[in-house]
Amino acid sequence: MSDITHKLTVKDLKSDQEARWCPGCGDHAIMNAIQRALVELDVPKENFAFISGIGCSSRFPYYLDTYGFHGIHGRASAIATGVKIANPELSVWQITGDGDALAIGGNHFIHVIRRNVDINIILFNNQIYGLTKGQYSPTSYKGFVTKTSPYGTVEEPFHPGELVIGAQGKFFARTIDSNVKLSTEIYIQAGKHKGTSVVEVLQNCVIYNDKIYSYLTDKEEKGNRQLILHHNEPMIFGKDNDKGIILKDNKLKVVKIGEDGITEDDLLIHNAEEVNPGIHLMLANMRYPDYPVVLGIIRCVDAETYDYDVNHQMEEIRAKAEIKCVDDLLNSGNTWEL
Amino acid sequence: MNKKPEVVERDEMVIRFSGDSGDGMQLTGTLFSNTAALFGNYMSTFPDYPSEIRAPSGTVGGVSGFQVHVGHSEIKTPGDLADVLVSMNPAALKANLKWVKQGGVIILDIDNFDEKGIEKAGFDSNPIGKEFLDAFMVVEAPITNMTKEVLKDTDLDRKSILRTKNMFALGMVYWLFGKSLDYTENFFKEKFRKKPLVVEANKKVLKAGYYYAETVEALCPYNISRAEIEKGKYRNINGNTAVAWGVLAAAEKAGLSVYVGSYPITPATSILEEVALRRDLGAITFQAEDEIAGICTTIGASFAGKLGVTTTSGPGLALKSESIGLAVITELPIVIINVQRGGPSTGLPTKTEQADLWQVLYGRSGECPVVVMAASTPTNCFQYAFEAAKIALEHMTPVILMSDGFLANGTEPWRIPKMADYPDIKPPIVKEGIKDWEPYARDVERLARTWALPGTKGLEHRIGGLEKDFITGNVSHDPENHEKMIKIRDKKVENVVNFIPELEVEGGEDGNLLVVGWGGTYGHLITAVNELREEGRKVSLAHFNYIRPLPKNTGDVFRKFKKIVVCELNMGQFADYLRMKHQEFKYYQYNKIQGLPFTVIELKKNINKILEDK
Repeated sequence: MSDITHKLTVKDLKSDQEARWCPGCGDHAIMNAIQRALVELDVPKENFAFISGIGCSSRFPYYLDTYGFHGIHGRASAIATGVKIANPELSVWQITGDGDALAIGGNHFIHVIRRNVDINIILFNNQIYGLTKGQYSPTSYKGFVTKTSPYGTVEEPFHPGELVIGAQGKFFARTIDSNVKLSTEIYIQAGKHKGTSVVEVLQNCVIYNDKIYSYLTDKEEKGNRQLILHHNEPMIFGKDNDKGIILKDNKLKVVKIGEDGITEDDLLIHNAEEVNPGIHLMLANMRYPDYPVVLGIIRCVDAETYDYDVNHQMEEIRAKAEIKCVDDLLNSGNTWEL
Repeated sequence: MNKKPEVVERDEMVIRFSGDSGDGMQLTGTLFSNTAALFGNYMSTFPDYPSEIRAPSGTVGGVSGFQVHVGHSEIKTPGDLADVLVSMNPAALKANLKWVKQGGVIILDIDNFDEKGIEKAGFDSNPIGKEFLDAFMVVEAPITNMTKEVLKDTDLDRKSILRTKNMFALGMVYWLFGKSLDYTENFFKEKFRKKPLVVEANKKVLKAGYYYAETVEALCPYNISRAEIEKGKYRNINGNTAVAWGVLAAAEKAGLSVYVGSYPITPATSILEEVALRRDLGAITFQAEDEIAGICTTIGASFAGKLGVTTTSGPGLALKSESIGLAVITELPIVIINVQRGGPSTGLPTKTEQADLWQVLYGRSGECPVVVMAASTPTNCFQYAFEAAKIALEHMTPVILMSDGFLANGTEPWRIPKMADYPDIKPPIVKEGIKDWEPYARDVERLARTWALPGTKGLEHRIGGLEKDFITGNVSHDPENHEKMIKIRDKKVENVVNFIPELEVEGGEDGNLLVVGWGGTYGHLITAVNELREEGRKVSLAHFNYIRPLPKNTGDVFRKFKKIVVCELNMGQFADYLRMKHQEFKYYQYNKIQGLPFTVIELKKNINKILEDK
């Protein structure tokens, strides 16, 4: 049970293990933001369970003083599903990367989303395999040169948002490692959302894929290249807050306020709670340089969760069950006395 | 009316029903065996069906069979050869003729022996009246036409009418064995509660078959009198249901609930189906997206405090290997049930085999010990599933329980046990407030670590697939720690030997030959050994249910025999394992790899050969 006398602090969440990520790795900032989010969730520390697979990101549970499980490559979604179904009281978080979740674990990733198990998946997307020292990942852009693609890749990447929505995902958000404030807000909302929450974190790998997102973090230009969404607010961005998004010819279009008679009233209002995923998918797929890259909560829709439904179904059946113990079971159906 | 024909008394008889896979032979066989058991006979069944749901009709590949052995005294196998064969078409005759005793009765549905049927079955010409059938008593019954005739005034469509013809054959067999129709008629009432027309049609056809057999004067009736069976309450049960109920029983005794994470695979699927029915007992089943998710959700559920179980067959077990390693290094109590089938690859999915032993013992990366057990009869699947869960929970280790297609689908009458007679199970769950707790500290006796469930205040800890520090469970790359951990995990599994029963010998404690078996071959081996002893041979049986670790007294048992023969349905995997673990003995082998159980006849022949070998 929750101990109300002591409010959880970031200090309480630090484990006795020292984080061994490379200096300058985006993972440090993600840890920082998650710790800040956890203390805001009103969940007792013993009810957090952090589950991971394999990869740099997956070392995360070791550095956090909660219940933790460092699994095997690709299987964190499955392990987390088992934990949540077994004990729906727990706040279950899956820490994963683009290789772990979208390559070897792709099957589990889409199925956990389809089932809407109430877990929070934090997907560190650095578009590279770091722990095996620099091979392309399923999110690497076409033509990307790595040790296993010396002449450039010849395959199209996955875009996590597209996969999440395709798998009937109810919560998808995107943030960037260096923006701790935005990330913290998103993690809090992900933690509160009932159902599978997927947060894609654009994460810099300082060793093998440095500056892959520098076009987004560039001090001068980031205002023009990022669109931070807020529910019920117009889609407005730009260094001078003078740009926005409208829907025209069934497509999203970047416009400049004041040009061609466009006013703020013409801009799309973001509705994360819209059940129809059409606009959410278009927002998730906006890519630089044609569009700004969307950050924030793109989709957040309420729906029944697997873990609730399965346990609720069981309670209903148990309430009117004739078989109440194993002896009843053994003696049920066709039996005879000799 | 007719004079009553003389009834022939028999101790035991084997009946085999065969037809197209859509002819309802499994149901027909099941109804007959339930009736025999209710009457008070011993019985054992063996369904033999193709992997296709509906193979081309009328072909040998599509023949589905169900064999039942009924006896006055205790019987332990479904029998080698049939005294009575029912064949609904030429293909069924072709496929099953080799399984009928010389002089046996063959009941044929003569209406399907037309040109087309004969050709499809691969006979050159109509087999009826041919010399090769002279050795049998062939009863040519117009089953299809009689069924149509009986139901000609009903409102049922042609397809539904034809679907009842198996009941005509069943009625004939009931008359042949003097069995009551009551159980079967009640079954119709239950099964087709909402279709009174179908109930009436089936009852009519069943009765018509019964009276036809009486009238036709081609058959002589048998009687197998009631058996001297221990008094008590009985039910029929197959191996898969017994496994499912065994883990439910273990959970109850441990004060936990069951979580089964599995992916459907023949012949293991019905364990998942059985547990899925048991939401009333708090059991959760999860039909995963694949075999790996099956075991990984199970590991997650186990971490969170469930009795975690995953069920599979050989190819699925292969997919689970890496995850079993994770359960070994995290020392979580899960039960893995492997219902073996013919392999490799997809192999013979609906047939039985024992060729997964090496995979179960060794098929993982690194030094990766697990406890390995094997059930040996359909009914003792309950006991060994219970035991497997008890060992997993009390020793904090994965346990693999082996079954096989023969046990999974075979049924036997089972004297219903009382849960009060089963021991409590005490998993080492630690509670809030424990002082100086360390995730990997162990008890001296079992070497089991303790189980701290998420949600328990103050015991937050991390586990995972990286090597663990001996005490704290933190990640450790220390070379000496690694060796220490490898050895302690191994010793923990080996220590289970102190908690399992000794190996029993059936027959004399010493002699000329010890027959050694394991798993699902028990019924055939003990029957062969008992018959050989009656014939004056000094042979005994040692049958293994515990494979890793082997019972303590294994060597002492072996030492008292001049020869040892290991009989198994593979190329000799257990024999080789024994050669490694007990090198001091010489092992003969008898192996069969046809996707079929042993027959008592072939066992006796080959055991005799080894006895005579100088």
